[in-house]
Order: sequence, then structure tokens, then C-alpha cells
Amino acid sequence: MSRAVKNEFEMSRGYFADFGGRFVPETLVPALDELETVYLELKDKPEFKNELKSLLKNYSGRPTPLYFAEQLSNYYDGPRIYLKREDLNHTGAHKINNTLGQILLAVRMGKKRIIAETGAGQHGVATATVAARFNLECEIYMGAEDIERQALNVYKMEMLGAKVIPVTSGSQTLKDATNEAIRDWVRNVEDTHYIIGSVVGPHPYPMLVRDFQRIIGDECRRQISEETGQLPDYILACVGGGSNAMGIFYPFLEDLNVKLIGIEAAGHGVKTDQHAATLTAGRVGILHGSKSYLLQDEDGQVIPAYSISAGLDYPGVGPEHSYLKEKQRVNYQSVTDQEAIAAFKLLSEKEGIIPALESSHALAYLEKLVPQLQKKDVVVVNLSGRGDKDINNFRKIEEADLHV
Amino acid sequence: MSKLKDNIIAQQFKDKKPLITYICGGDPNLALTEKLIPCLAEAGSDLIEVGIPFSDPLADGPVIQAAAQRALQSGTTLKKLLISLEKLRDKIDVPLILMGYYNSILNFGEERFARAARKAGIAGVIIPDLPVDAAAKLPVYLAEEEISQIRLVTPNTSRQRLQQIASQSEGFLYCVALLGTTGANDQIYPELKGYLDRVRQAAGKLPLGLGFGIDGPEKVKKIIDYPDGIIIGSALIETIQTGGDEAEMLAKAAEFIESIKAAMPAAAVK
Repeated sequence: MSRAVKNEFEMSRGYFADFGGRFVPETLVPALDELETVYLELKDKPEFKNELKSLLKNYSGRPTPLYFAEQLSNYYDGPRIYLKREDLNHTGAHKINNTLGQILLAVRMGKKRIIAETGAGQHGVATATVAARFNLECEIYMGAEDIERQALNVYKMEMLGAKVIPVTSGSQTLKDATNEAIRDWVRNVEDTHYIIGSVVGPHPYPMLVRDFQRIIGDECRRQISEETGQLPDYILACVGGGSNAMGIFYPFLEDLNVKLIGIEAAGHGVKTDQHAATLTAGRVGILHGSKSYLLQDEDGQVIPAYSISAGLDYPGVGPEHSYLKEKQRVNYQSVTDQEAIAAFKLLSEKEGIIPALESSHALAYLEKLVPQLQKKDVVVVNLSGRGDKDINNFRKIEEADLHV
Repeated sequence: MSKLKDNIIAQQFKDKKPLITYICGGDPNLALTEKLIPCLAEAGSDLIEVGIPFSDPLADGPVIQAAAQRALQSGTTLKKLLISLEKLRDKIDVPLILMGYYNSILNFGEERFARAARKAGIAGVIIPDLPVDAAAKLPVYLAEEEISQIRLVTPNTSRQRLQQIASQSEGFLYCVALLGTTGANDQIYPELKGYLDRVRQAAGKLPLGLGFGIDGPEKVKKIIDYPDGIIIGSALIETIQTGGDEAEMLAKAAEFIESIKAAMPAAAVK
């Protein structure tokens, strides 16, 4: 069965069985064709691979360590827990794996201008960073509400030379920033490349973002084998759009003994209307050019998502995750804001590592998983980003709690 | 070609260059839509496109986005919109076209949508985010219900793709005038004649409707020689919005349509 997991995608261009595709205005079709052609031409060329490899190593600091979290393991008195340290990348998260890859494609296509959407600002910073490095004009769309919440990242992007454009339409968050970025691309398709930040959007994005992120899983596979002489029993990763999860899961899809768990943001609870658990509580629909699970109402209107973590606050999810859910190759679960906050504190206190609130969702699931496991088991958690950006937010929550 | 001759939408292009007008269904409520459609027909619209309001309209600029928001705020749904249109079907002669995003239809159910649209007397459907090569069953269901699917081409569509799209478009071919979203009236049309000549080569006898950014009589005069018909949406909606109450909105709409018609030649020169 596992071989079919991957191969089915190749059978039908741009689709993961029923999911994915290109549901976009016609104007974008030539640009998506060009992107696909250039990517497929370059991806196996030694020159391209070496350039990307060198940037990932010397600019971003890869390979990122696989760290044995001994204190956390002792605390749980259960399985051995390892952390894949994507937080140690340049700019503080896995996002740069993708932006470095895409900026090389943009340069090769002769594009002069880069646009991107951002929610928490991590992808915006990672895009502004590579645009500065390659001397391309850069504009970042960001929801007006997120600009308020993430002032530090806005300042960073501006310092890197990018222009941050506030989005005031709709819910003024990531979903709307993505709409505006797509509309910008429709207007400026001839000289602009759109660096989408997750495994979402029309084909070829879900494929190419996954390919640029799979380095997480490739490294992890090598590192865990060297360290333990085996593959992990479990891999946990948080899922918003799903790029860090896709990146770490992908190289293990055919290893059926490796159980893969994607953790969505349940916000105030999946039974409330305040969550971002798309795969848990959504229905299949179309958002941002691809067919996937979607939070939508009875009439097919997209419902704004909610999570304490701005990076998971997205009503859609990458189409390959929908496929892996239907195939039952990945088990999708969710944890609430409160559970994520507890995990955020726990890792900080036990290991001296402050995780991003996004990654804290994956960590929080250990509470549910660990009691079912044995000491000999090996668990890897993808620590997709660091939590510096969340500290102000976190302090506000703590203060609010004190006043309750 | 007999298919073209019998097509109720294509017939509008036979002896004139039709004016195709777009409004968003339920903007600001369905009661007004039910009055606005007969009013547009009366004032001279030859075909009327009714938008299905959607929360995330990717191909639309700010004017139509706002219209969709107003419609959603007043509780408009696709189901209610179809009920309103069904009430009008025997009252007007002008063919109605539904324009909407694929998610609205997918969510409603593709087969159910096709049947309900026919029941409401809909002649055609335009879905800007459903390219010709996307995997969807909708075209089959629409064909079963004899509803035309009007496809879109853009100035950057390749020659080969123009042919593929034109061969699957029914009624007319929607030629997007510019690289941009609806209502982008700040842009000029680069090489409009060359673009439409290229499309015409691929489209054969299929009529060409031109839309996006046509904002008033002056623009109409400049471009009317090239396409077989024109589509106006955002400018009409903006004009209607300047009306203080319902009666004034209807009067503004009629006046605007008449001004556009006056800028168009009485008969087609084909």
C-alpha cells in the first residue's frame, strides 16, 4: 500500500487522488505552467541542487540538530523524545527551507518582484530575508489584525527592505492576506513571483513546497538512525497549512511502522466555533486554488479560523494532508490553546528551549500519546520554530489569567 | 454550428453587439435583486449575469468584493438566490447567467446545482476559478440540463490553450480585457485588437464578449469596434450604490444602462 501512497500523485498531474488541482483564474495558468516547468527542469540539476544545498548549509545553518530531550523524556518517564530543531534555522523556523528554494526559481525565471502572504510573520520574514539576499523587490501582504498582533515581525520585514501591505478585507488575517497576494499576482503575473508559504495553493505549489521542506524528514531519518539504530516509532508535527508536517512526514510515508501524527489547532475546542482544526472538523471544498478540507458553513462560505497561534490560524489545509487523511496514512488530532500553552511552558522549563506556539501544539500531544507508549519507543517532535515572537503574546495571556 | 444557432445566449449576438451586465445576487438584499433584474432588462441589458456571493472571490476587485459582503450580510445563500431567480423566470425575456466560484457549486452539489439552475431558468454559467482542464463533473451535469458553460480567456492565454478553451465554451467566449481583477479601470488595454484577433482565430464563429475594467460610455466608444459584446459589472454596481434608497438605486441603474447603450452601435457590424 505504501508505494501507492506516493505514486498515485504521479498518475494524475497536480492531484493527490481527488485533492489539489488548480482552481484559479485563467490569468494565473501560464505562470503556474512556467513555475512547474522551470522547477521540474531544475530540481535534479546538480548546479541547482548544489546552490540550494550551499545556501541551506552556510546561510541557514543546516543540518539542524536532532536533539535528545532527556529532561522532557525523564519528566514523562516514558519513551525517548527527540526534537528536530527547525527553530535553529536562520530566521527561527522551517519557513526558510522553502523561501530559499523558491527565490532561486524566481531568479531563474527572471522575475523582478517577490510577493508573499504572512500570518504570524514568520513566512514574511523568511521571504523578506531571501529577497534582500537576492536583491529583489519584495511586498508582503498581511492582515491588518495580524499586523497589530505581530508588530515585531512587521518591523523586521521592513528592516529587511520589504514593504508590508495591510489587508483590510474579510477577516483581516492570513486567509485574506492570501486572497490579496493572489489578486496582486493576477495583476502583476509577468514580472512577479509569488512565494507561497505552505503546502497549499494551486499545483505546483503543494508539490514544490513539500519538496523544499522534505529536507527536514531526510535529515531526521539519517540522524535518528545514527543515534538509535532504528527509525522512530512516532513523528509528531503541527498542521496549519501543513508545510513543516509535510516536510518531516514525506520521507517516512512508505515506512508503515513509523506512525505519523499531525496536530491541528483546536483553539477553544473543536466543538466551539473558535478553532482551526480543518481536517478534524472541516468538509472538502476549494480555497486558494486547491481542493482540500476546508472550514466552511452550510452555504460554502469560508469560516475564519481561530487559534492562539497565528501560524495555525488558517481555515484550509494542504491537499496532500487531505489525501493522507483519507488514505489513513497520517493520524490527525488536535489540541486546544490551553494545552499548547502548557506545553510551551513545560519545554521552556524542562529543556531551556522556548518553542513557537505553533510547535507547542505538537509538543502538547505528548500528554495524550506518552501514556500509551513504552520506554523503548522513540518519538520525534518537529520543533518547527522558536517562540521569541510569541513571548509578548504569552505575557498578555498570563496577565489576563492572573486577573481572571 | 447548429449548436451555436440554437443557443439562447449566442442568439443575443446575432443582430447586435449585446450589453451584458453583472450584478451580485442579494446586494444589498434579494428583494432589491428581484426588482433590479427586470429593471436592467427594461433599460436595455441583453444578457444579465447574476453573481453568487462568495466569501473569498479571488478574481474580483474591491467593488464586487464589497457587493458580495453586503449580500452575505443580508443572509443571501445560493439556495435563496435560485428561489428568487425562479420567481423571475417568466417575467423577463433576457437570458440569465449565473457567475460564481466553484466552491459555492461544489458545496451545493454539482448535479443538484445543474438541476436547480435549470429549474430557475438559468441559461448559462460562468465560473472564473474553474479552468478548462480542472477535474470537475460539473460540465457533464450542465450539459445534461442544457445550460451553457461560458469559459474565460485572458491576454496571456497561449494559442494552444485558446483553442482548447474556445472549443469548450458555449454561448460566447468571455475575453478578460486585462491582467487583473474585476473593476480595474485604471489600466489601459494593451493591444486589444491584436488580442481579440488572436482569440477570434481560435474561436471561429463563437462570439467574443469583452469584460473587466469597462467603466462607462467613453471607454465603450473606444473599444466597441473589437469585441462582439461587452460586459459591465463593477461600474454598474458603483453607480447603483450612489442611490440613497431603492427607487433611486433602480433609477441610477436604468440611467447608467441607457448611457452605455447610447454609446454602442445600434446594429452589429460583423
